[in-house]
Amino acid sequence: MNDLFSGSVFFGAFLSLLFYEAGLFCKRKWKHPLANPLLIAIALTIAFLVICRIDYGTYYEGAKYISYLLTPATVCLAVPLYEQISLLKKNARAILAGITAGVLTSVVLILILSLLFGLSHAEYVTLLPKSVTTAIGMAISEKLGGYPSLTAAVIIITGVCGSILAEPVCRLFHIKDPVAKGVGIGTASHAIGTSKAMEMGDVEGAMSGLSIAVAGVITVIMAAVFSGFY
Amino acid sequence: MKYLKQFFIILGVSFAGEFLGRQIPLPIPGSIYGLVIMFVCLFTGLIKVSDVKETSRFLLDIMPCLFIPAAVGLMEQWGIIKGSLPAYVVIVLVTTVLVMGVSGKITEFLMKKGEKK
Repeated sequence: MNDLFSGSVFFGAFLSLLFYEAGLFCKRKWKHPLANPLLIAIALTIAFLVICRIDYGTYYEGAKYISYLLTPATVCLAVPLYEQISLLKKNARAILAGITAGVLTSVVLILILSLLFGLSHAEYVTLLPKSVTTAIGMAISEKLGGYPSLTAAVIIITGVCGSILAEPVCRLFHIKDPVAKGVGIGTASHAIGTSKAMEMGDVEGAMSGLSIAVAGVITVIMAAVFSGFY
Repeated sequence: MKYLKQFFIILGVSFAGEFLGRQIPLPIPGSIYGLVIMFVCLFTGLIKVSDVKETSRFLLDIMPCLFIPAAVGLMEQWGIIKGSLPAYVVIVLVTTVLVMGVSGKITEFLMKKGEKK
């Protein structure tokens, strides 16, 4: 089927949105955290491509036009953040402390778990930036001697996990404040988590968007320091 | 022509961010510089919220879909992931849950403490 679709600039984008719609349908029907539209869209798209023996390259010819909008969309995260500026000003220190604590938790846990699983140094630094946005994470991984493409993969898996676990984790830890929810989601699972936070509410989305940028910058420094520990 | 003008402004900021990302030798992508530029422009009043409102709402609404192509790319990475798969799964699950819980809980705790003062 590869020949049938190769060269099409609409096939990949159409397929992605079609399966996302299917994911939204499942979410309406089941209301379970695992009925996550993004997870369903990814799983169905991969299954379809594998079963029909269609190359990722053929799919990406059309799908890249969806990815193209990612930078403009990230830029737009500034809009809800600006609209919540009074909340941001009032809680700036708590938010900054929360994000810093989150980044520290991330690198310490990765250090402990890497020791536990006996991972190599290269694997350890590959995982260090796993909670930040892809472009920052890949750059850190490359600089520290990790495998950037593996980092990108783990970052995406982390994001999807965060998007699925956002609501259950907030319940588990009894986090009720929308600012705190947003900070937690954005710090743990970057832009993919943020797209879930946007659904939860404007404040959650705005704070999650802020956390992507702040956690990203803090991780640049922390990962460099922690790369020397193992 | 409202949407055209809004999209024009958003693309302009994206372009400025991309430019900075290429010029500044730090591992920070253009989209993050763009986010900061947009925030500063809104803060200083150079751009008004009404200049970008509807189009930014649209882009944020469709944001989850925008990650599908990159995530489907995981099918190409399967060869390198599967070697240490159990370790990665445990690490991703444990860190995601605890990082989200710790940073959220600490933020909430400090906010409440700040209010009492």
